[in-house]
Amino acid sequence: MEINPVVIFFASIFTNNMILSNFLGMCSFIAISSDIKTSLSLGQAVTFVLGFTTLINYIIYHYILAPLGLAYLRYIVFIVVIAAFVQLVEMIIDRYFEGLYYALGIFLPLITVNCAILGVSLFMVIRDYNFLQSIAFGLGSGLGWMLSIVAMAGIRQKIKNNPVPKGLEGPGITLIITGLMALAFIGFSGIVQIQ
Amino acid sequence: MNKKVKKIITLGIWEDNAIFRQILGICSALAVTNLMMNSLVMGLGLMFVTAFSELTVSLIRQFTPKHIRMMVQTLIISAYVIIVDIFLKAYYPSISEALGPYVGLIITNCIIMGRCESFAQKNPPLYSFLDGLASGAGYAIILMLIAFVRELLGFGSLFGYPVLGDAWVSWTLMIMPPGAFFMLAIVIWISKNIFKENSEQGGAKS
Repeated sequence: MEINPVVIFFASIFTNNMILSNFLGMCSFIAISSDIKTSLSLGQAVTFVLGFTTLINYIIYHYILAPLGLAYLRYIVFIVVIAAFVQLVEMIIDRYFEGLYYALGIFLPLITVNCAILGVSLFMVIRDYNFLQSIAFGLGSGLGWMLSIVAMAGIRQKIKNNPVPKGLEGPGITLIITGLMALAFIGFSGIVQIQ
Repeated sequence: MNKKVKKIITLGIWEDNAIFRQILGICSALAVTNLMMNSLVMGLGLMFVTAFSELTVSLIRQFTPKHIRMMVQTLIISAYVIIVDIFLKAYYPSISEALGPYVGLIITNCIIMGRCESFAQKNPPLYSFLDGLASGAGYAIILMLIAFVRELLGFGSLFGYPVLGDAWVSWTLMIMPPGAFFMLAIVIWISKNIFKENSEQGGAKS
């Protein structure tokens, strides 16, 4: 199956959105989506890390693990790559880009345990993407994740002062709004499909 | 001794239930709950991984340097997840295919990491093992509950056996992503109402 990378890019933003159709990265999505500015920074950090880790994992998987028959070790290798990459990025921007560090720095440790990052690498292996497809998939997923968390933050700011049934406050209402967003995103499903 | 065991079990399954009390590990809770069978396998897999990771973390807790303990925990968890994955691939290939990457995503399930860090790091191995079983069971029960409603309404069946008959028009929305979000929200809502008295007496638990 040879799908155009451009199609994969747009599909992973709209029709196969990481949060709304694959439920990945929900933990930080629920916890951090209360303010547009913070969620935008987190989204950027996720996109950045996703783009690079997908690339690194692709190279490691196809040139080291698969030829040696060690494909079953991929969980350990992927999570180590992600953790190491995040650590590295944190050190580099702490040293050279101080402004950026204050914007993104606090989110970087959170990203290691963001299931979206590991999920994209695993999907890439399962769906057997080639090099360009993987890059498009990684970047598109990151942008899709950012799009939904920013939209969510916007909606949550709007409803901040509205009355919500007791017991549904906090995570409950966030999940319901996410459900409505997922419903809306089903409307995109006619455009492109990659599954 | 028995009292402590009992306390660990009730805390894990009910009072500190990972999903509706702490909102942890919901990624997979949403993704695999469209079929009862998938949820059961996922729940059992998570119980296995949590219990044995906690056991291992607890056994080596005195020898692990403090600053690299997160990395050690992640590696331990990954090792057990690989065991689960290989086991499923060998004996239940169709379920392994249906679960796809979500078996691997047990690694980033915050429940396991959370229990290892907060419980296994401070308690003896046997208690940690029990705690892992209990937390995993609490997670599995909620998964089954959500899957029960979703499969019943979405396919009209339970564990693949049709129960609602031909007259039932499948409510497709329930097996699509939005159904999962709504169901989980309802579960949280109900549980918050049940626990309302407790939290009002004892103050807000974080």
